[in-house]
Amino acid sequence: MSATADATIAKFQAQATEKASRYYPAEDEKTPRKVRKSIRPTQYRKSLQPGAILILLAGRFRGKRVVLLKTLDQGVLLVTGPFKVNGVPLRRVNARYVIATSTKVDVSGVDSSIVEKVSGEGYFTKDKVSKKPGEEAFFKQGEKPEKKTIDSSRAADQKSVDKSILSAVKKDRDLVAYLSSSFSLRKGQKPHEMVF
Amino acid sequence: MGDADITASSWRQVEVGRVVLFSYGPYAGRLATIVEIIDHKRVLVDGPASSEDKVVPRHAAPLSQLSLTAHVIPGLPRATGSSKVKSLWEKEEVESKFANSPFAQKRAQLAKRRTLNDFERFKVMRLRKQARFEVSKSLAKVRASAKA
Repeated sequence: MSATADATIAKFQAQATEKASRYYPAEDEKTPRKVRKSIRPTQYRKSLQPGAILILLAGRFRGKRVVLLKTLDQGVLLVTGPFKVNGVPLRRVNARYVIATSTKVDVSGVDSSIVEKVSGEGYFTKDKVSKKPGEEAFFKQGEKPEKKTIDSSRAADQKSVDKSILSAVKKDRDLVAYLSSSFSLRKGQKPHEMVF
Repeated sequence: MGDADITASSWRQVEVGRVVLFSYGPYAGRLATIVEIIDHKRVLVDGPASSEDKVVPRHAAPLSQLSLTAHVIPGLPRATGSSKVKSLWEKEEVESKFANSPFAQKRAQLAKRRTLNDFERFKVMRLRKQARFEVSKSLAKVRASAKA
């Protein structure tokens, strides 16, 4: 006799000896579904190394070529224009909406403590005001909107990060022009057949 | 009655001795010469190239896979044997002649351009712009002097 058959018999015997309860729940108890996914740190493409020049594909700065500073977690990248070259500030972008090129810029001179600070929690979000139009905004219609002021500490961080990158970039005049130009597909270009 | 002036067309013809380039198929990018015309769609080709990976063995190839080059091996007898083809091929220096032709150079340029990365493509674009600017500058100079 097989082991499974033995087990079944034992189960029935046990049921026979136990007295069935007189009550049972009218509704089945809901048990939460077991999560079978595991949370793993994001794995980035090999081409996404600090210093790589990326082409942004989505958002306000789409088409811009920017320098990758660091890969943050959950598929987010920290990039900078540099701001002086193409107007892209220190910014978080989604790694999926980016083409990594094989061109690299030396970012070893960037102050790592500032990069740490920028990539920390809340750096980009802590001073963000909700843009939801409220009652006050309704009455303020027609008035000139307040001019956006830039936090001086943010500007200082931008400058110090860009400083060493700029000095590396400026060694090659083509590279400056390259970073300040934006990417677009020309006639007959097929992105899946192109080398970046 | 005026005399009719008849001149032969300068089209490249499918003829014995014509050097052809395989544009696709298993021998894509290789050179061969037409040895015999089988019918309106197929020819017998033979490509005794110097390097092993460029050789096209003697076989019937569809003309749709071939592009006719400007070169013809003169005096290649019809349906001649492989050894004769090889000796004439070497005597005519078919491969080096083809490599120096504008057609081959354009092909090489296209192949090179296809392997460039984004930054290199950008540099090519800049250089082409500069060249174009120089040309238009000198053209403007010629135009100005012609007017005066």
